[in-house]
Amino acid sequence: MSDAIVWIVLFPLIGSVICALLGTFSKKLCYPVSVLSMVLSVWASVETLWQAMDSSNHQVSYILGGWSLDLFPRGVGIEFRADLLGALIALVVTGVGLIVSVYSKVPVQRQTPGKEPMYYGLFLLQIVGLAGISLTGDAFNLYVLIEVAALTGYGLIAMGSNRAAAATFTYIILGTIGASLYLLGVGYLYLKTGTLNMVGIHQAIEANGLHDSPAMQVAFVLVLLGILIKMAFFPFHAWLPKSYCHAPTTTSCLLAPLVTKVMIYVMIRMVLSVFGVEFSFETSGWAEVLPWLVVVAIVCAAVMALAQREIKSMLAYLIVAEVGYMVGGIWIYNYFGLVGSIFHVISDACMTLCLFLGAGIILEKCRTTHFDGLRGLFAKMPLTMVGFFIGGFSIIGLPPTCGFFSKWYLITGGMVSQRWEYMITLMFSTMVMVVLFFRLIERIHLAVDESGKNLGKGHGDLGLSKEQTRFDEAPLSMLIPLLVAASIVIIIGIYNQEVADQIEVFLRDFDLPTGVNYR
Amino acid sequence: MFEDGSIFSQLLLERLNYFIYVVLLLIGLWAMIAKNNLIKKLIGMSIFQTAIILFYVSIGVKEGATIPIYLPEHDPHGNGSYADSNVSESTLPGPQSLDASLVPHYTNPLPHVLMLTAIVVGVATLGLALSVCLRIYRAYGTVEEDELLGKLEEEDSRKDGLPKKRRPRRRSASNKSGSSTKNKEVAGSRKSSPEKKKPGRNRNPSNRKKPSDTASTESSPKDTGTEKKKPVRRKRRNPSNPSREDRSS
Repeated sequence: MSDAIVWIVLFPLIGSVICALLGTFSKKLCYPVSVLSMVLSVWASVETLWQAMDSSNHQVSYILGGWSLDLFPRGVGIEFRADLLGALIALVVTGVGLIVSVYSKVPVQRQTPGKEPMYYGLFLLQIVGLAGISLTGDAFNLYVLIEVAALTGYGLIAMGSNRAAAATFTYIILGTIGASLYLLGVGYLYLKTGTLNMVGIHQAIEANGLHDSPAMQVAFVLVLLGILIKMAFFPFHAWLPKSYCHAPTTTSCLLAPLVTKVMIYVMIRMVLSVFGVEFSFETSGWAEVLPWLVVVAIVCAAVMALAQREIKSMLAYLIVAEVGYMVGGIWIYNYFGLVGSIFHVISDACMTLCLFLGAGIILEKCRTTHFDGLRGLFAKMPLTMVGFFIGGFSIIGLPPTCGFFSKWYLITGGMVSQRWEYMITLMFSTMVMVVLFFRLIERIHLAVDESGKNLGKGHGDLGLSKEQTRFDEAPLSMLIPLLVAASIVIIIGIYNQEVADQIEVFLRDFDLPTGVNYR
Repeated sequence: MFEDGSIFSQLLLERLNYFIYVVLLLIGLWAMIAKNNLIKKLIGMSIFQTAIILFYVSIGVKEGATIPIYLPEHDPHGNGSYADSNVSESTLPGPQSLDASLVPHYTNPLPHVLMLTAIVVGVATLGLALSVCLRIYRAYGTVEEDELLGKLEEEDSRKDGLPKKRRPRRRSASNKSGSSTKNKEVAGSRKSSPEKKKPGRNRNPSNRKKPSDTASTESSPKDTGTEKKKPVRRKRRNPSNPSREDRSS
């Protein structure tokens, strides 16, 4: 199937229409339809990745409507283009989508009863937006898809409690500012280059020597600022924690691993493929500033995560810190940093998914995700907890998990570029995450071992009756996705070299410094 | 002051559109950030988006040009009909089939077309945002940001650490008594959470049952409001009770 790349987006799109329409007749139809369309979409993205790996120039291109791209300026037609990076991200998006759609059965029924058709419609549209972002080769199309993903995201979050609706408002305002700034930047790009096709823009910049043009600088700043707001980079993160924390379980499971990561992808795409390495890192001068902002971002987010007493909001601040990692990996400007950054996009999506799935199960079974409600969970839900903490260990960066390898590349990158501040910050934040997760383990685990002993820290009598620690796992439709996600975290960790190889093939086209002692 | 090349002439005469767009953009941004009323924020958002539309439209405008419709006299094939089915790729209508001297007659249609999409996006965003506003107003009774933030903070601190959702089924009765005494204090303290729970059970907090009933009927959502006074550290609050059970009832 040569046009698999389009079907990645089309399957969920068709599925969402079916859900929204047919779902009004039979609500039970929505769940299987969404799972089915996600399965097909995953298959299409695997196929696309395969094609991209097989083809000689390592990319797949599809021009919608068959408009020719040969005209100058390039870009009468809208192009879907998957190089290895785009195909990998699309696979991550659809894979996470599939896992979450399987997982969604119980929480959606409970949290948004009666609204399943709308919920699944928005859910699949969200996948359309995110997968489309990772595949499109057109700068304006990217804006539209960002807005598709954002609008559905607002809807998905606001379907939760009233508190979630209030959090959504902040998200709407900030998200609109971010997307609009991006749109404005694209306008300046179009003004200077006369095309909207990403490759075309890059060619025009190179051919016409636009590096010194003030309009290009303006475009770059606007695009970058827009993306930074959308990815919840530290000073602009205000929308993220509250909305992810109060969103319905399935929503936060879907949005938390994907939205910020896909925006990191957009940043990589803009920096490397559109503006070009030379302009982004050398002419623009941002490479001097951003790593320091990253330092501030990571430290602040990590400290704020420490202050949380509730799993979901703790995880939300962890995401903000992880965004700092990845942005830093890009802007320390070398080969290893970028490999690490791209690798971290993939592995962070998997481990964040793991954590949020676990938190969702805890919320489902215990009705709370506050730290104090966790006692005895290892006895009660051993499998869930194992899955959850595999995600947690990956965030910390323990070796068998994929988080270790991506962090390894990031730190190597910091070393090669001699960005010591970035390295130290990574170490610091790793320490913080160790504290975060081992504190959780302590809260959960010790109480059961000692069964009833007052373990101190002022908890009083920690004894739980047998009934409270009885084996009581989550329903299989929630448990299996979590375990699958956890095993993916470990599998990517074991086969990290294969993933890194593909990333290296992608990065080979760009002229990146690799440092003196390497290669 | 409007002599050629001066900054004023550049801003106010040659590039008036762009000048206005920047002003509008900043007005919108200011309204979104500084205004207290949520609706005014949304008005600011609309102005912000409209400013960008103005920018794009300005890109495409050309003095003295006509609308970009394929005029008959511009048709390279002469008869003005290119809808035949056997047109080959190279003769498809488009910029390349036009004589270069004819192109200046047209305005650039692309930015305008892009803005159609952007307008649609803007309308969708505005509609969604207004409906969210409506929900906020129904839940919290205000669209003033400072009041809203106050209420949210109050709610957060009350709920911090407490279950977000009602338990569907009863837990063992052994732990009920400890928590139930406290539940009395909180009548009416939470007005927002019922919707997170099953809709259709939105009961007015003020007429909820007594805690003892809470224990026996599984439908009462109220138990979570205990301890509004001490949101933060619940470690010590109820030493005799395992706190999870305490929160649940």
